[in-house]
Amino acid sequence: MIELAHLQILAAALFSIGLYGVMARRSAVLILMSIELMLNAVNINLIGFAAFMDFDEAQRALGQILIIFVITIAAAELALAIAIILRLYRNRSSVNVDGMDSLKW
Amino acid sequence: MASPSLILFYIAAALVLGGALGVALTRNIVYAAFALLAAMLGVAGVFLLMFAEFLALVQVLIYGGAVVIVVLFSLMLTRIQDFVRLTDHSQWPLAAVTAAVVFCLLVAAALTTGARTVERQGVGFFELGESLFTRWAVPFEVASLVLLVALIGSIVLVRTGGDGD
Repeated sequence: MIELAHLQILAAALFSIGLYGVMARRSAVLILMSIELMLNAVNINLIGFAAFMDFDEAQRALGQILIIFVITIAAAELALAIAIILRLYRNRSSVNVDGMDSLKW
Repeated sequence: MASPSLILFYIAAALVLGGALGVALTRNIVYAAFALLAAMLGVAGVFLLMFAEFLALVQVLIYGGAVVIVVLFSLMLTRIQDFVRLTDHSQWPLAAVTAAVVFCLLVAAALTTGARTVERQGVGFFELGESLFTRWAVPFEVASLVLLVALIGSIVLVRTGGDGD
């Protein structure tokens, strides 16, 4: 049988891999993809609790609606981030985040 | 003997984790985009196993379709020759240690909570739609406004020429 713990461990692993990608990668596009992985880890956690907890129908539906909102906001975030990356590329001819240090004091 | 649902779950989890590791570790950036696609399809499989058919459909459409295509387009528009052979930060061991510590903390927290669980059950299309468009209609409209603003903002950001430059 699938238990809630299975989904929690899968979500934890996915989140950690995404975290590693955010910290270790140097291309802005790859950092963005790692952030998408972390958002999906959150979604797996949410669907796990929505399916396994002792909830009534309305609360279960709310769990799924929260995931719909997470996906919506992730899409909006992705569109904006891609626009910013294209803008940065046009200004600096690179998407290497190591070079983007003009705010460094 | 593992139950069929557990075997399916392990297949989906292998797809998710394999795709995620591909995104985090591969040296070729286009392979990374396709690994992301594999991970997203695995998450859709997990949704299906939790009886969330609508979410699985949305996941395949939004992530499998839109997000991966947009990422591939951005790879094409930002000259990917820079990153044909990706290199990681010099501080990647630190990142690996941090990620491992976070993983251990999350697993320890998950296993010690001891939440009372029941047999898994989903929500039908009908109940989900009714809840979304009656009780949660206002947040839904706000979310659509957020999407609209974000899309207009991204168009303004990437526009060339004109006064806004």
